[in-house]
Amino acid sequence: MNKIVAKEHFSEKVVKLVVEAPLIARARKAGHFVIVRVGEKGERIPLTIAAADVEAGTITLVVQAVGKSSSKLCALNPGDYITDVVGPLGKATHIERFGTVVCCGGGVGCAPLLPIVAAMKAAGNRVITVLAARTKELIILEEQMREHSDEVIIMTDDGSYGQKGLVTQGVEEVINREKVDLCVTIGPAVMMKFVSQLTQRYHVPTVASLNTIMVDGTGMCGACRITVGGKTRFVCIDGPEFDAHQVDFDEMLMRLSSYKDVE
Amino acid sequence: MFVRHMNKEELTAQRAEAWREELRRSRKAKERTDIPRVKMTELDPAYRVTNKEEVNCGLTREQAVLEATRCLDCVEPLCMTGCPVEINIPKFIKNIERGDFLAAARTLKETSALPAVCGRVCPQERQCESKCFYVQKLKKDPIAIGYLERFAADYEQASGEVALPAMQPDNGIKIAVVGSGPCGLSFAGDMAKRGYRVTVFEALHEIGGVLKYGIPEFRLPNRIVDVEIDSLRRMGVEFMTDCIVGKTLSYDDLHEMGFKGIMVASGAGLPRFMNIPGENLNGVMSSNEYLTRVNLMDAANPESDTPVYKGHRVAVIGGGNTAMDSVRTARRLGAERAIIVYRRSEEEMPARKEEIHHAKQEGVEFLTLHNPIEYIGDERGRVCAMKLQKMTLGEPDASGRRSPVPIPGAVETVEIDEVIVSVGVSPNPLVPRAIDGLEVTAKGTIVVDADTLQSSIADIYAGGDIVRGGATVILAMGDGRRAAAAMHEALQKRQGA
Repeated sequence: MNKIVAKEHFSEKVVKLVVEAPLIARARKAGHFVIVRVGEKGERIPLTIAAADVEAGTITLVVQAVGKSSSKLCALNPGDYITDVVGPLGKATHIERFGTVVCCGGGVGCAPLLPIVAAMKAAGNRVITVLAARTKELIILEEQMREHSDEVIIMTDDGSYGQKGLVTQGVEEVINREKVDLCVTIGPAVMMKFVSQLTQRYHVPTVASLNTIMVDGTGMCGACRITVGGKTRFVCIDGPEFDAHQVDFDEMLMRLSSYKDVE
Repeated sequence: MFVRHMNKEELTAQRAEAWREELRRSRKAKERTDIPRVKMTELDPAYRVTNKEEVNCGLTREQAVLEATRCLDCVEPLCMTGCPVEINIPKFIKNIERGDFLAAARTLKETSALPAVCGRVCPQERQCESKCFYVQKLKKDPIAIGYLERFAADYEQASGEVALPAMQPDNGIKIAVVGSGPCGLSFAGDMAKRGYRVTVFEALHEIGGVLKYGIPEFRLPNRIVDVEIDSLRRMGVEFMTDCIVGKTLSYDDLHEMGFKGIMVASGAGLPRFMNIPGENLNGVMSSNEYLTRVNLMDAANPESDTPVYKGHRVAVIGGGNTAMDSVRTARRLGAERAIIVYRRSEEEMPARKEEIHHAKQEGVEFLTLHNPIEYIGDERGRVCAMKLQKMTLGEPDASGRRSPVPIPGAVETVEIDEVIVSVGVSPNPLVPRAIDGLEVTAKGTIVVDADTLQSSIADIYAGGDIVRGGATVILAMGDGRRAAAAMHEALQKRQGA
């Protein structure tokens, strides 16, 4: 049982939860995720950790209400308990001084991107962050991103904030302008697919952080399996980050819809 | 086959006790051997496929006493050589014969932390019962040792007088156990008995490991497992769920917390796939995923948030106990066709005979000497058919079983809408990867000393599937027991030094 100590609404469907989890806060690194379960009949769902405070013993999760389980989680309030939080899981992001790193996030994917942006900056990289969303109110964590980035580019589908256009346009603009050594992308699978196609054209090494269906999150079930470079890999223990150019995104998109008609 | 701890003199002395002598003399051997082996009452197959009630109903008192009467109380109890946890089989059976069922249960608990579980899931026909005098010398059906074990353990659970084993006084030494499956629980019980302060760390939200997420309710009800876990709690064992050693807590953390010994019993975990085309289609999954959804997450219950496919034509690939559990679960979830696809013949199937028998009674089809070579999907990426290669049996392979050989050109296509792949598991790399200097094999299993189960790091021991790669509940329990004895001895030596 993990207590929620603070909650903030980023938008109608996106909330930030600060959760008591002292051991996870201490052990986690950028790129790690947790498995969360709400209620005794609850489902186990993976969520990437957005931030942690070791002293306060808390971790921060940013959740978008899309299905039954994420909606249940979003409905919890400070003082409520999450039935189970387990982690940190997955491999941490590989951080080193690459040179110039473009970090691009879409929608709620910007939350797990933040610790990577911060760690890349701290490692001495020039960090250019591209944040994208449908509309202005869905752009999250802009201020914190600016703190850790050399430059922040905002893209909205409707042009209500920043530049009008897709995340790929923002990334392409940077690639055309200067040498990019690495691209990191987190967001909806379809967005990562297009970012990957773009950077492949420009031969920019790209890492994608994947969020698939999982049950246990520890390698036991294989629900999260995807094809990377022609081989089946498990996102939970081999990932969640992979060489985006090797990921079969079409298969991943198909697998994400596995339980659409069952739920 | 197994390391022996029980002293022969002790066994002989117990056999010589007056009540045993008297019981032996009470009937002629011929009277005993003339009694036919008891038949377990089972739920009707047509009824049981509609629910998850336990299939085997257990023995009545009368049945149990009569079956116990068959046992000849041999001078050399060969049955015991087939038991990985060395249960004093004649002693518990003779206690049943004289009607002291609680004493029978106490006998089981002298060496087994989970008798009600073993009575249900052990492959007795290959262990104790295969060594029984009736089989070896009389060419008759063996004593139903498994049924009797279950009877005594269930009797004790139902009596509400669940006894705790004799406990040594608290010695203050902290021991950590990684994983709460059969190996971890058996180890925890044995160490608690010796006076250690044991904490079991479990990655999932429930205690019990494979006993909870893997073995279905109709074969091993959760309440049975919970009573055994409750006994361990009463013995002072502490459990911490949602905690992954190697992730949430590191090996160094455990040292800082004052743990003097660590038992890694993290299980096999990683499901194997066959790497054939179409295996990542929707509707194709591992037996681990399928069983975890249904057993641990209760996904077939409409109140559960976890979804599960309820296929109409379900193929389960494999011939082990997990395959039988999966295929029988599929029937219970409403599959009209539930098919076992196995590349060898029924003879070579590793599953318990009883599970195969029960599966057949429940209308499961067996496509033996067939091997899937491809799955075909519909336009939405859902599996809709499988291509099967027909096989024949060739020469015996390394396992001693005749190896399957494809018959050229003999391929057929079968329409299905769900595939459950149950072709074994690989060791879960999560724990071994997280401990620097821990020696592992090329397969990823932890290297241990064959007798003591000590790993390449002095204070870490390991057992069960993380060492064996994929075995049975009882072998895992046997490992827990041996590791506990060895760790205890090592710690005592260190204390004495």
